Amino acid sequence: MPVDSNLEILMAQYQEGDFNAATVLIAQLSPQLHRFFIAQLASRADADDLLQETWLRIHKVRHTYRPSEPVLPWFYAIARRVRVDHYRKSSRTTARQQALEEMSKIAAPVAAESGQLDNLVALLAPLSEGEREVIEMLKVEGMSLEEAARATSSTVGSVKQKAYRAYKKLRETMSVTAFRKGQSGRLS
Amino acid sequence: MKDKEIDDVLKETARGEDVLKAETLQSISDSIKASLRPVRPLPPTWMLAGSLILVCAAVALAGAAHAGFFGIEKMDLLERATIFSTLIVFAWVVGVGLVHEMVPGSRRRIAPGALLAIVSGILLGVFALLFRDYQTSDFFSAGIVCLLTGLLFAVPTALLAWLVLRRGFAVKPVSAGLVAGTLAGLAGLAMLELHCQNFQAAHVLVWHIAVVPLSAAAGALVGWALSRASSRD
Repeated sequence: MPVDSNLEILMAQYQEGDFNAATVLIAQLSPQLHRFFIAQLASRADADDLLQETWLRIHKVRHTYRPSEPVLPWFYAIARRVRVDHYRKSSRTTARQQALEEMSKIAAPVAAESGQLDNLVALLAPLSEGEREVIEMLKVEGMSLEEAARATSSTVGSVKQKAYRAYKKLRETMSVTAFRKGQSGRLS
Repeated sequence: MKDKEIDDVLKETARGEDVLKAETLQSISDSIKASLRPVRPLPPTWMLAGSLILVCAAVALAGAAHAGFFGIEKMDLLERATIFSTLIVFAWVVGVGLVHEMVPGSRRRIAPGALLAIVSGILLGVFALLFRDYQTSDFFSAGIVCLLTGLLFAVPTALLAWLVLRRGFAVKPVSAGLVAGTLAGLAGLAMLELHCQNFQAAHVLVWHIAVVPLSAAAGALVGWALSRASSRD
């Protein structure tokens, strides 16, 4: 049975009040939701908080999932909303946003120059928030364009455009890294 | 560097990422256990969108019944058929859009702003074709009255629409507010078309149609205010 339809069955059982189904869903989906928050430049502690908040929100609005619909976009749409609320709620919102913007600007050249594209956050740092989440959904979690569009409440065209821009930036960053690695290899 | 190579790097990088603690998963499970009860999923989209159309029709008819059906009585058959069929089609399209805004992970074929622009643009075109009286007597005094009347009837429509969709969850409150405002504005416009017998092109094109974007803007503002308020809780 495909994983997605399995998740949909579990979600339907969760709506019927089945605790085992809820536990399996939490175990299956939490790692990728956590990774989604990490990829959005959240700290690990923040990602843990966001994950907890997301599940509480999911639990509260679980009746809004309709069994015939794909389940992953539903989860991600709620996770995105929780992330937005979380940053607004924080008393340090402005400072955090400025810090994140600075991180995005600084992390790209640092990653490129040092050649250390060894984690997802650094790899996705040159991208805008929207581009990061689209790439995370499409390429890391393997969602389809349609699913990513549903999850981000946008059109398929908009998702394609973000993915195109993201790939352009990633290609540039990775090419610079590969070139510098090659040069340092020749020098040594 | 090829796209395939980028894909491989992304997958490889993500594979080594992030291990969640078992305690975190356990605490999530525990937090939902106490309140885990069966829930009834939302009704299908067609049923909710149909209810929204009924709300719009009820408000517009109630308003016109109170103020008088002078507008529709003065229209010829072609005007009646064109205007009200256009309004019904748009109420359906916007109603479906509003249901999608209130159900997370729904398909979105068109952005709410674009939907508003298309609806307003087509209404302008249809009304420009139908109304050919180019006088502008009492342009402002009569116009303001119609604009305020249309907006006045948009308010109960928006409240009733919220009642229909109160079990939904808007992941983008500003967008949801904008679409709700557009729908409410269409109800206000329908009420004006039933009631207002001023068929001057400038009056209808400016003051009647303006109800839709103004109501949409008010809806977006309410959505923004609600999302700020919920973030503070």
